[in-house]
Amino acid sequence: MQIPSAIVTLVLGMLLVLGGLWIGQNINLLPVDASTNAPIYDELFRVLFSIGTILFLGIVGLIIFSLVRFRRRPGQLGDGLALEGNLPLEVFWTAVPAIVVLFVGLFSYDIYERMGGMAPLSHGDHGGAMPAEQRIWGGIGSSEISTTSSTSLLQPLPVEVTAMQFAFLFHYPDGDIMSGELHVQAGRPVSLRMEAKDVIHAFWVPEFRLKQEVIPGQPTVLDFTPTRPGRYPIVCAELCGPYHGGMRSTVVVDSADDFNAWIQANRKPPVQEA
Amino acid sequence: MTLTVPQQSPPAPQSLQPTGWLRYLSFSVDHKVIGLQYLVCGFAFYLIGGALAGAIRTELVSPISDFMPRDVYNQVLTLHGTVMIFLWIVPVVNGAFGNYLIPFYVGARDMAFPRLNAVAFWLIPPAGLLLISSYFITGAAQSGWTAYPPLSLTTPASGQIIWILSVLLLGGSSIFGGINFIATILKLRRPGLKLMQLPMYCWAMLGTSILVVLSTPVLAGTLIMLSFDIVAHTGFFNPGLGGNVVVYQHLFWFYSHPAVYIMVLPAFGLVSEILPIHCRKPLFGYTTMVYSIMAIVVLGLVVWAHHMFTSGTPPWMRLFFTIATAFIAVPTGIKFFNWLATLWGGKISLNSAVLFSCGFIVNFVLGGITGVALAQVPFDVHVHDTYFVVAHFHYIVYGGSVFVIFASIYHWYPKVTGRLMNEHLGRFHFLLTFVGFNLCFAPQHWLGLNGMPRRVAEYDPQFQLINQFSSVGALLMAISTLPFLWNVIASALQGEIAGDNPWNALTPEWLTSSPPPVENWKGEAPLVTNPYAYGTPENEIDLNSVSGSDLWRNGQ
Repeated sequence: MQIPSAIVTLVLGMLLVLGGLWIGQNINLLPVDASTNAPIYDELFRVLFSIGTILFLGIVGLIIFSLVRFRRRPGQLGDGLALEGNLPLEVFWTAVPAIVVLFVGLFSYDIYERMGGMAPLSHGDHGGAMPAEQRIWGGIGSSEISTTSSTSLLQPLPVEVTAMQFAFLFHYPDGDIMSGELHVQAGRPVSLRMEAKDVIHAFWVPEFRLKQEVIPGQPTVLDFTPTRPGRYPIVCAELCGPYHGGMRSTVVVDSADDFNAWIQANRKPPVQEA
Repeated sequence: MTLTVPQQSPPAPQSLQPTGWLRYLSFSVDHKVIGLQYLVCGFAFYLIGGALAGAIRTELVSPISDFMPRDVYNQVLTLHGTVMIFLWIVPVVNGAFGNYLIPFYVGARDMAFPRLNAVAFWLIPPAGLLLISSYFITGAAQSGWTAYPPLSLTTPASGQIIWILSVLLLGGSSIFGGINFIATILKLRRPGLKLMQLPMYCWAMLGTSILVVLSTPVLAGTLIMLSFDIVAHTGFFNPGLGGNVVVYQHLFWFYSHPAVYIMVLPAFGLVSEILPIHCRKPLFGYTTMVYSIMAIVVLGLVVWAHHMFTSGTPPWMRLFFTIATAFIAVPTGIKFFNWLATLWGGKISLNSAVLFSCGFIVNFVLGGITGVALAQVPFDVHVHDTYFVVAHFHYIVYGGSVFVIFASIYHWYPKVTGRLMNEHLGRFHFLLTFVGFNLCFAPQHWLGLNGMPRRVAEYDPQFQLINQFSSVGALLMAISTLPFLWNVIASALQGEIAGDNPWNALTPEWLTSSPPPVENWKGEAPLVTNPYAYGTPENEIDLNSVSGSDLWRNGQ
């Protein structure tokens, strides 16, 4: 007695979807999350990973099944079935990917908005020396998050970033501190204003899930709120010359006390260092 | 299918062209000779590009920069990208197979502009030699195949200028080829042959050539402006002189994203030719395949800024390019489902050509899935310019196009030489390539997600083990070319005689002798109105070919 193929197909499809969802939700391919938008990013990643796993396993399964089931046996002659097409089937597999893509697009738009990507980039408040008509382009910022969440009581910490071959320099206007490491306070929004001196660099902190190119002649901004105290790498992600691989720094996410202690220890040096 | 060939006494050969093997070193205007010139020349550059890749993977075995100096490493990665794109994949999937097959498919005796065709090929060896020699003479370009200013303006000028010259020559070759293909497909069709009766590869080449002709001139103009910035100190892209570096990125990607389709659309076409023949079934959904190629062409022109989500792009632009990019998955998906439907219910010969084609489907589906993910701005902002992207595009151009090139060589080798390739060696070659490729590139997804940027000679020591896996995979890929090369050479000398049509194919290139005569057919070209007329209708099942369970299932 044979089980009807429709039931087998249905069960296999359900197993595939459940398996894909399980893999997407339970296999972690990402480093720790250390900023407010990292968990949002991870949510998007899990959805994309689940959909991708279902599609990939499904198609690979179909190919292997076809190659085994429909392989030419020794001594077998003749052709397969003369199926030239099937319009309803074509409509089906045009519509389903279109809907999936549309869903993914809308979902990622929602993610993008929650990360603050669509926020108007009005950063005229710091950097008054800048002419008003100069455009500033930026990456994903968390300015919306910072105004709605409880952390909004804290003023964003402005930091000026200068990228050059092959180092990042961080300048804190409050206290006039110059540093080779970025020190920030957990829970307090940070607003980076970045400029490059020579070639294009990129500021990337994998644990923050954020990257923004630093472009000569074109200031860029990047806003984020670190959450998890620790030390994370800052990586230059745009080919910038022979020592590109060595162009790294560290972002130190401190607790409020440690951060204030660091500021106190470093602010207003008696003699301005060159 | 039998063909009566009218017997004519051929006119006495009175050629000024050399005959025999010397043809392949000459300014031959025979499209078949030119196609093979492209293929062999491209393969030589593939070996060079592969050696460069081997150097990169050797450097990355350890997390410190110890195998070669850092500036040499940047020269090597620039040359690797440029050689593989402009001297291997683009010339081979377009020039080699296009020139060999398109005149057969349209029922012509040669391309529309045979001399232009020869010029297009003969631009490639000098351009390639120029590019390679720059490494030995002045030091090659160091700014990656993207040559983003200001880096390309500040690295040593001589190498960068030679790189620009070489890419301009190769772009010119590509444009000449594109014009020729459009003219041949539209104007040289045999009387009575309609557009919708053409084999799918013609449609793929028509779409590709439209992309070439529309977008390559933009790259040429951009590179000329870049060379002015370097040589004449103009300020198009130099921020110190009021130029804008982001404009370069827009112009560069306006060509270089379509370039991806220039590399994969012909591969789609070739797979569409190979699968029906070896599955003994018609190509499923011919009409939707044609429309999806054209949709990819149109969409492919309006997605370039997804390469720039982390540079200076305003939010609305990010949104538009996300949606446009993700929608390319729809026509691409149609093609993949149609191939799966072509496999379904066939009588599939599991030979090397089919294995490489199915390897292509598996690899490209993974590359396509990561591509849709990369199209999403928030996703891309994390993994842009990391090894995740390196893995993604190698799944597209190696797992996609290069697998198809190998499938095509196994499939058309008997046409070109009259002999079959060794199947056991071919399957061994497939196994080595497939395992090596996936071992090399699959782990790189993880590397990118966890913090390894691309184009680095040194990296965080926590990534060492995974990089070593990747390098072992690269070694397997290098080894996998040995059985292939042996197979190609040994089969040419003592392979099994194939006969004119070993696959029982219906497309016109098989309806002549193998290897074909100079003007393709003795006598008139055959009119093939349905190149995919394989298969037995459902109601008349051939009793020799079915098993008992098939009959039982159909209730007969």
